[in-house]
Amino acid sequence: MTSTPREITRRQMIRRVGLTALVAVPAAGLLSSCATSGDTAAPSTAPSAAATSATNPFGVKADAPLEVVIFKGGYSDEYATQSHEPLYKAEFPKATIKHQGIQTISQTLTPRFASGDVPDVVNNSGTDNLDAGALIGAGQLLDLTPLFEAPSIDDPSKKVKDTLVPGTIESGLGGDPAKPYTLNYVYTAYGLWYDAKLFEKNGWTAPKTFEEFKTFAEAAKAKNIVPFAYAGKNASYYAYWMILISAAKIGGNEVLVNIDNLADNAWNHDAVKQAAAAWAEIGKYMDKSYEGLIHTEVQTQQNQGKIALYPSGSWLESEQSKDTPAGFEYAIAPTPSVTAADQMPYEAIRAAAGEGYVVPSKGKNATGGLEYLRVMLSKPAAKAFTEKTKSLTVVVGATEGLTLSPGLTSVVAAQNGAGQNVVTYSLFETWYKELETELRKQTNALMFGRISADEFASKMQAAADKTKADSSISKQSRSV
Amino acid sequence: MRHGKLSPVLLRKYGFIASFLAVPLILYVVFVIWQYIQAFQISFTNSRGISPNFDYVGFDNFTRLFDDEVFWAAVRHHVVLLLAMPLITVAIALFFSFMLNLGGGQKNGKMTGVPGSAFYKIVFFFPQVLAVAIVGVLFQAILRPDKSGVINSALHAVGVDPVGWLISPGLALWTIIGVMVWQAVGFYVVLFSAGMSSIPRDVFEAAALDGAGRFVLFFRITLPLLWDTLQVGWVYLGIAAFDGFALVQVLSVDRGGPDNATTVLPLEIWRTAFTYSKYGVASAMGVALFFMTLTFAVLTLRVTRRERIEF
Repeated sequence: MTSTPREITRRQMIRRVGLTALVAVPAAGLLSSCATSGDTAAPSTAPSAAATSATNPFGVKADAPLEVVIFKGGYSDEYATQSHEPLYKAEFPKATIKHQGIQTISQTLTPRFASGDVPDVVNNSGTDNLDAGALIGAGQLLDLTPLFEAPSIDDPSKKVKDTLVPGTIESGLGGDPAKPYTLNYVYTAYGLWYDAKLFEKNGWTAPKTFEEFKTFAEAAKAKNIVPFAYAGKNASYYAYWMILISAAKIGGNEVLVNIDNLADNAWNHDAVKQAAAAWAEIGKYMDKSYEGLIHTEVQTQQNQGKIALYPSGSWLESEQSKDTPAGFEYAIAPTPSVTAADQMPYEAIRAAAGEGYVVPSKGKNATGGLEYLRVMLSKPAAKAFTEKTKSLTVVVGATEGLTLSPGLTSVVAAQNGAGQNVVTYSLFETWYKELETELRKQTNALMFGRISADEFASKMQAAADKTKADSSISKQSRSV
Repeated sequence: MRHGKLSPVLLRKYGFIASFLAVPLILYVVFVIWQYIQAFQISFTNSRGISPNFDYVGFDNFTRLFDDEVFWAAVRHHVVLLLAMPLITVAIALFFSFMLNLGGGQKNGKMTGVPGSAFYKIVFFFPQVLAVAIVGVLFQAILRPDKSGVINSALHAVGVDPVGWLISPGLALWTIIGVMVWQAVGFYVVLFSAGMSSIPRDVFEAAALDGAGRFVLFFRITLPLLWDTLQVGWVYLGIAAFDGFALVQVLSVDRGGPDNATTVLPLEIWRTAFTYSKYGVASAMGVALFFMTLTFAVLTLRVTRRERIEF
């Protein structure tokens, strides 16, 4: 009933919603990224060498055509065609915009990168997104530092970087030395999602420790409700997010940073083992059949009141908006604390800027590509995005005058509760796809009881060591 | 007419033939052969598919495959597929086509199929008409692991617990084989039926007069006279056993899971190229697959070669 190919593609968008870390400490990365080497800073290949000015900081040629490729997934591409592109056109009425809304970003664009005929802006998202690390390694992406240093459209006295949620720029760092190559546009919070009304009716509150989680699980089971479930067939990464978040809460963000940096024995860290063991216990309450279901099937069950807690990100509410029954109110809860000695409090959540946009360095109108991103980061464009997609953007204050849904309201509350306690996003997911594939596999094996937490850690460590030893994979690193 | 020179008549004749052959030949070379050659070339490079610049790395990509447990899991699955899938398909197809053509015994001195066989022939062919992707989506619903699955809800009705067709590591590959067989049988029923109908009826009638039952008719008469068709079917099915991409991609847990239990080479090639951006390694897998398929086809044709029975 819910297994049409269309819905498989609907999920593809979610895949990359969360791309990279929203690090709570903003300044450090920025300073280093100002010192860009000359060959990547200026889009030198562009024939569009118009004079720069306050309103045209990159010197876009007024009549240069612009080609934009948008991932047409859960956010669709209306926000681009009905808001962002018209806003760009308002600045440059003589420019023609070629728009393409597609799902298979990698398959469509890889040949174009190979031949040098690339678009000017790419929304690199979906299951079939381009390997950004490989593109950076091949010099195919433009360093976005000039964008973040340029004056903001809303207030030319401010730089673009000062209008964004802290951590946005760092989340798009890549390459070695790291520079911002990706603009992550959507602000996403990750945690356990539940129906506030269902919990209210049963007098439940979201569990704050794993001890409480077990008590809660028994209570839910008594009501014939599955306490926690995820879709093993195509969304096992929802579950590994929870394990990684728990590991960070136990041992601090450095656990995840070490994993990203392929540090020796990063996966064998006690925090990883404890987190895996805690979640495997919860996995026991799940029916085996969930390993063979896809995310929409499981989400439908939650909408039907059969599942209490579901691991996901803040796109869930808008993704399910058509299927959510009346009286169902999405709310987010942080992952429970594992030990009393956790480094981060229960309130800590993972929040990240996701949904990447890149400017290919060899595009015909690369300066136009930068300008398009600057337009996206203006308040009117960000507000239109939130209106069309029911998702928050990284632009500060862009929701003024908008009424937020219950789910987004709870996200804002969770964020305020977390304060500076933000769990970082794992960059290895996009840096090292082999490792990520292995993690999906082992997460299912762990959560459905085929391996122990120790085996999980040692298998992942072996995969990380293999990635580290593979000279054909270009390595990246992060400090925060 | 002198020898050694083409007369205008001959020239026109060959020119005519060549003009017809040229277009398909060029298309085939450009769109098929050339890709094979390129795959061989890329398999010796470290190409990541996103830049025209790459280096030649010798046999690195191939030695890498030797340590790749996922690659070997896929190869093992092809061995299982190769042994099981054609055998099961051919056995079922032979049984059905025998029943449809000859299983009804003699009527008015002629061999006939079971009642309604004309209708069954069409029904059996239905799955062949469906695109693989549609078959995959259909079976997603049929094999769904909880009580809403078509099979599992039937089992539930008689009090059997749901079976994890695609989620038990030991069962998943066999479930995929089952779907492949379901899809393939119809075509081979038609193929073998055609083969059987070209066997002269009097051979059967003579045997039947001598007192041969259905069993003897099948093994002593039908099977030997159908050998050529069977051989062709076997090669087709064997090559299909080296594919399986679409069904595994749609049906299996996390594309090839659980725990690599269903992965196949075309899927790993796809993943290595498009997810890992390792076009060199992916091409090396492709080259390995090419030789496996080729070896299989040559071996099958060699081993099963028999003297042809003229009739």
